[in-house]
Amino acid sequence: MNFEKALQAIIEALPYMLGGMWITAALVLGALALGFVLGVPLAVGQVYGHPLTRRLIHLYVWLFRGVPILVLVFLFAFGILPPLGIDSAFAAGVIVLGLTSAAYQSQIFRGSIQSLPPGQLKAARALGMREHTAIISIILPQALRLSIPAWSNEFSILLKDSALVMVIGVQEIMARTRSVAGRTHEPVALALFAGILFFILTWIGIRILRGVERKVRIKGYSQEGSM
Amino acid sequence: MLEEYWLFASERVVPGLNAALLVSARLIVPSALYGALFGVIIGVLRVYGPRPVRRVADAFVSLFRGTPLVVQLYFWYFALPYIRIGGHAIVLNAMQASILGFALCSAAYQSEYIRGGLNSIKSGQLKAAKALGMNPLQTVLYVVLPQAVRRALPGCGNEIIYLIKYSSLAMIITVNELTGTARSIAKFTYRPIETYATVAVYYLLLVTLAMWLLRCVEDHMSIPGFERPKD
Amino acid sequence: MMKSVSQNKEILRVEKLNKSFGTNHVLKDATLTLREGELKVLIGPSGGGKSTLLQCMNFLIPPDSGRIWLDGVEIEGHRKRELYSYRQQVGMIFQDFNLFDHLSALSNVRIALTKVKGMTKKAATDRAMAELERVGLAAKAGLYPAQLSGGQKQRVSVARALAMDPKVLLLDEPTSALDPELIGEVLAVIKDLATAGMTMIMATHQTTFSSQLASEFVFMEQGTIIEHDSPAVLLAPDACTRTKAFCAKINELTGEPV
Repeated sequence: MNFEKALQAIIEALPYMLGGMWITAALVLGALALGFVLGVPLAVGQVYGHPLTRRLIHLYVWLFRGVPILVLVFLFAFGILPPLGIDSAFAAGVIVLGLTSAAYQSQIFRGSIQSLPPGQLKAARALGMREHTAIISIILPQALRLSIPAWSNEFSILLKDSALVMVIGVQEIMARTRSVAGRTHEPVALALFAGILFFILTWIGIRILRGVERKVRIKGYSQEGSM
Repeated sequence: MLEEYWLFASERVVPGLNAALLVSARLIVPSALYGALFGVIIGVLRVYGPRPVRRVADAFVSLFRGTPLVVQLYFWYFALPYIRIGGHAIVLNAMQASILGFALCSAAYQSEYIRGGLNSIKSGQLKAAKALGMNPLQTVLYVVLPQAVRRALPGCGNEIIYLIKYSSLAMIITVNELTGTARSIAKFTYRPIETYATVAVYYLLLVTLAMWLLRCVEDHMSIPGFERPKD
Repeated sequence: MMKSVSQNKEILRVEKLNKSFGTNHVLKDATLTLREGELKVLIGPSGGGKSTLLQCMNFLIPPDSGRIWLDGVEIEGHRKRELYSYRQQVGMIFQDFNLFDHLSALSNVRIALTKVKGMTKKAATDRAMAELERVGLAAKAGLYPAQLSGGQKQRVSVARALAMDPKVLLLDEPTSALDPELIGEVLAVIKDLATAGMTMIMATHQTTFSSQLASEFVFMEQGTIIEHDSPAVLLAPDACTRTKAFCAKINELTGEPV
């Protein structure tokens, strides 16, 4: 293997590949955000909602955890979204990854909520709080803090899954890797380089989340399982 | 409308998908078996191996868990042929590359669960086995394995279920398994929603069946102190 | 109740056992002889080397130097087959019970009989049930460790050790991990064993109980055997022994009379 040629290919492609990093980062952030915004209400609904609500949420989770992401990507990008006027592959990617992540995140939050002692809600009610105030002010702040380790695991899974949207043409890291490798005939070097880029993104994300965990930590509140 | 879908699906989609189902099975089964086998070996090395071996095994696991499966599959299929050692190169066809990629990645994850199972055995029991005169092999067979397997089972079982879903990635390196075939059918018939919805049903059935099987095995092996974690 | 055993034959003898963990010299030149029917009790502060001594005696912790004889035969710790055979004759009771979590009480007692001694399943089951009866747990034979109390678990571990027909029993603080109300049932079993003539060496903080049963107290501190003699001598009203001072301190904490 010719190291010089390989290195040259990487250096030439560097700006292009780094551009892919931004796309990947945007995908992941968008999907995480969508997953969070949906996941929290889903979790709350599953723990505190009507039996019918719980059934529906259970169905949603079953669907989005049981069907492979790739199938969902095709289904939405080529089937469901175009009639709704959404043509962008990037948007389709964020939507599918986000909806799937919501299913997984809802289970993380549900577990955290259920792990809190029942006395918390009882005390809130005894003070005269309405249920939804109690959930927002008492339950969620604690449950969300407890969820951080599992959530950072979800982040790293999502980061890896984001590479899948290359199949519908989103120009993230993997898509660009493929095209550069095809052009320069240096797939080994570029595949390794892609791996390194993903490692870097993972590392950055984990560091940020560790910082968040430290910042929101409550003194003396025991948290099981660190990252 | 439902009748229309049913007619379309059963005539244009299902036959193709049924054939593809066999391809998916030929992907999933070897990957799961090799993945579990290597996972056990690597897990054991990570717990009982000498330090340098443990470091290497840990690095291997970090590598395969830290990079996307797509990148790994791409590497084995497109990049591997370019690595020449002494004039020779290994060229894998799409199926081989897929199974290799799935097996290695799965093994990395499986080793985590195996490691957890092995570590969960209180070390005092190993002392007690020694004190009773058991040799190392007997200790592993009669004390370590029965407990480690029960503890690792939920994780390992779930990993296989993930494998069923991620086998869909093989279509990216041209394998005509379920998802790849669905794509072809959708392009051919211009009916993406019905086609992909149908293949989704296939996966849902496979995954649900696998989860049910896992539950049965867990219940069968349940002992007071090793109960199936309540959902 | 102390027996005169000075004329009985030697069962277990250890000479100048040494063990260091890194720079920490935990066991220094420990020398000790156990005669048939004796109950020797190891007493002393935590970290004094009692547990290490016991675990060196069956090579769970290989000693750095020193020699060990069982029934007059010297044991070479590095010969594997000899070692496994030796361990079948030396029973051990652990502070943390160490029952096999995946096996019922009966299976715990039975497993070494079938897998190590090679008995038939029927013979092993009969023997195991007999031992469980002896410790009063025949009714719990089918239960798993997760379903047993601490005292019950320890009694099962005694049954498991006894089923092997050991020549000597090593007991490493058998009641230290038990809740106070459960200690009595285990001590009762140990008392029965002593009365029946089992050769035993036990590390414990149960000084009052032991003083009535033991042939000899062995006081260990910082890895060395400081003094050893019968309890009557060491705890005599006018004695100024380290043993007495230590026992007084313990009894101060537990409220037991000296």
